[in-house]
Amino acid sequence: MTYRTALAALALLAAATGAGASDSERARNLAATCANCHGTNGSPAAGTAMDPLAGRDRSWTLNKLNGFKDGTQQATIMHQIVKGYSDEQLELIATYFAMQTAGGAR
Amino acid sequence: MMPLDRRRFLLAGTAAGATALLPACAGGTRAGGHVVVVGGGYGGATAAKYLRMWSQGRVQVTLVERNPTFVSCPISNLVIGGTKRMEDITVSYDGLRSKWGVRVIQDEVVAVDAAKRAISLKSGGTLAYDRLVLSPGIDFLWEQIPGLAGPEAQAAIPHAWKAGPQTVALRRQLEAMPDGGVFAISVPKAPYRCPPGPYERASVVATWCKRNKPKSKVLILDANDDVVSKKGLFVKAWEDLYKGMLEYRPGSEVKDVHVASRTAVLEFDKVKADVLNVIPPQRAGDIAARSGLKLVNNRWVEIDWLSMEAAGTPGVHVLGDAILPAPTMPKSGHMANQHAKLAAAAILELLAGRAPSPDPLVMNTCYSFVDDKSAIHVSSVHRYDPATKVVQPVKGAGGVSAARSEQEGRIALDWATNIWADMLA
Repeated sequence: MTYRTALAALALLAAATGAGASDSERARNLAATCANCHGTNGSPAAGTAMDPLAGRDRSWTLNKLNGFKDGTQQATIMHQIVKGYSDEQLELIATYFAMQTAGGAR
Repeated sequence: MMPLDRRRFLLAGTAAGATALLPACAGGTRAGGHVVVVGGGYGGATAAKYLRMWSQGRVQVTLVERNPTFVSCPISNLVIGGTKRMEDITVSYDGLRSKWGVRVIQDEVVAVDAAKRAISLKSGGTLAYDRLVLSPGIDFLWEQIPGLAGPEAQAAIPHAWKAGPQTVALRRQLEAMPDGGVFAISVPKAPYRCPPGPYERASVVATWCKRNKPKSKVLILDANDDVVSKKGLFVKAWEDLYKGMLEYRPGSEVKDVHVASRTAVLEFDKVKADVLNVIPPQRAGDIAARSGLKLVNNRWVEIDWLSMEAAGTPGVHVLGDAILPAPTMPKSGHMANQHAKLAAAAILELLAGRAPSPDPLVMNTCYSFVDDKSAIHVSSVHRYDPATKVVQPVKGAGGVSAARSEQEGRIALDWATNIWADMLA
């Protein structure tokens, strides 16, 4: 199954339960704030040295993000950016990227 | 309490969760519609792509852009500094057409009828929309520099603050400048497009002069009382790299120019230059001003931060440099791209008859070169605050580079490649 169908199912679920913006959409929106540097849906453009995030294990991304937050992971800029997101938001982002196909499939 | 949706979503990130979630049906809750996007820059191009991508093609998108190709303002200072060419900062709209199914029209919007939900095109004809996205960038307050009123004056004293022919014109003037000449650049009072941009430009021009016209001088005439962005890092670079060549003059607002003698007229002084690069004060792009939108101080469009909808004009969403900025939010290409994603998500909810997300978040990173290889950055994260109804900078997040570095110079170029792809590919 693709993450897309999962998201669609989750959106349906949210609509059925009368929730506001569903967590799948919140995750999508939050992850899109990373795309300027890390590529649409976490697949950076060829020839750039940015970390690909699409298809990474959720725990890999969370470890990295938490490392930026507590200073154990070296960074030029990520240690500043990551502090703008709550732990819950980082979890949603890591989950979203785990569901993407590396290489930028639509 | 963790809602059911969140548990399911977080579970779906694991392999077991993914199989458990095989859907019986998909889609169906998202409505279609037609969105017209005006302006194919960092904001508009991103909005067009993300509306198509996130609606899985259900929402039709027409992008109206007056130029045949996208030309980036970020990195354009390196064209002026001679290390990049125009083709390096030019990207086609073909990806939006062929990969994302955006209808791209090369035209200009002359009027918006928000009541009838239609726009008029310069070439004739109208386009109806369900939702309109205006990403018009900036236009200049020429009346504040009377000598620059005509097109000849604007060609002779280029601003190069919209990338394109003006960028080329300024580069040519720099190349033609005699060794020992003065390159003067003026900075308008904040807010203006790209706060660190003038200082970056002065720095890369100084790099080029050091190598090619070492007797020359680079002069920054700043209308502000101090360096507006990345102050410590710029001042250190100027001290370390361009001492004796680059001079910074705060509180030096250009009030007028004498075009023939390339002279900038300040309140109490006149400055004659060989190349005069006046960046005039700015406001929201003409079409925003002509659409009956509420402008603050006659300059910037006030918006609702949950949807980017213009205050008092339902159905019209405004992005990028044209808006009244939230506290500490810069007018940058990166920010416009983030506005576009916020707006795209909200528009899809609104088209489906739902409320937009109540807690949007946007962030900014902005790189500036201080020589031909080294760069510095500033970053910030802005989260919606229900009390003030504005996105506010998150305390403790963001910051600037520890020091300039070639590593950040490489990252800056990668940033450009990736954001251009995020908008257009």
